[in-house]
Amino acid sequence: MKLTVLLLEGPYNHEASDSAWNLIQAAREAGHEIRGVFLYHDGVYNVNAKIDPPQDDRHIANRWSELGAQGVDVVVCIAAAKRRGMVDELLVPNTRISGLGQLAKMVIESDRLVVFGD
Amino acid sequence: MSDTKKVMITVRKAPHGAIYVHEAIEVMFIVASYGMDLSVVFIDDAVFALKGGQDTRALGIKGFMASIGALVDFEVEKVYVDRQSMQDRNLTEVDLVFIGEDEDTEEQVKPKVLDSEAIRALMLEQDSIISL
Repeated sequence: MKLTVLLLEGPYNHEASDSAWNLIQAAREAGHEIRGVFLYHDGVYNVNAKIDPPQDDRHIANRWSELGAQGVDVVVCIAAAKRRGMVDELLVPNTRISGLGQLAKMVIESDRLVVFGD
Repeated sequence: MSDTKKVMITVRKAPHGAIYVHEAIEVMFIVASYGMDLSVVFIDDAVFALKGGQDTRALGIKGFMASIGALVDFEVEKVYVDRQSMQDRNLTEVDLVFIGEDEDTEEQVKPKVLDSEAIRALMLEQDSIISL
């Protein structure tokens, strides 16, 4: 099955980013394909390259970057990003800024959309 | 895959004090422009977003009322409100804003009030639900 993940919350403050990442790991292990991850609302903060958590904790931004390196399209909404100062230079590698149209395309091309964050 | 996917956007949050409704409307406009069969449902505190006479200027916030008034003009035509959510908040159909003009009759259009059961049935028809 093809899945798209829509993530609406920022990192650490809530569990949404972790839950989304865990779902993606489990789905891929079960043989499903992730069509894309779309970051909206405060979700755009998840791929801030300046994130530098304590070493004994998970590195949320790097996790999304690694997922991108594995070929999953991780997209930051430009409208949400501009409001929050998330410019291109701030993104971790293997992620990209694009428009809400990318979300529309992902929805069209997926069997399921899974939304995380309130 | 067909480009006439049935997509529903649910809006559930109160209109002020957070950006959720504002950014949800931005999603509506874009999804509608992709030619999908879009329906939009306002549930819970989000029904307040459709109450007329709101003005956020004193808050120093741009707000979204102009966008709400242009939903139909931007092809967001199936706009529904949950009847129970309205009743719980003492809102009636009279309180609702106009969301644009009917192309054929040129009459002002309001969101359509639906029972929860009808919304449930609509949800079951969807290919995707974008829950905002």
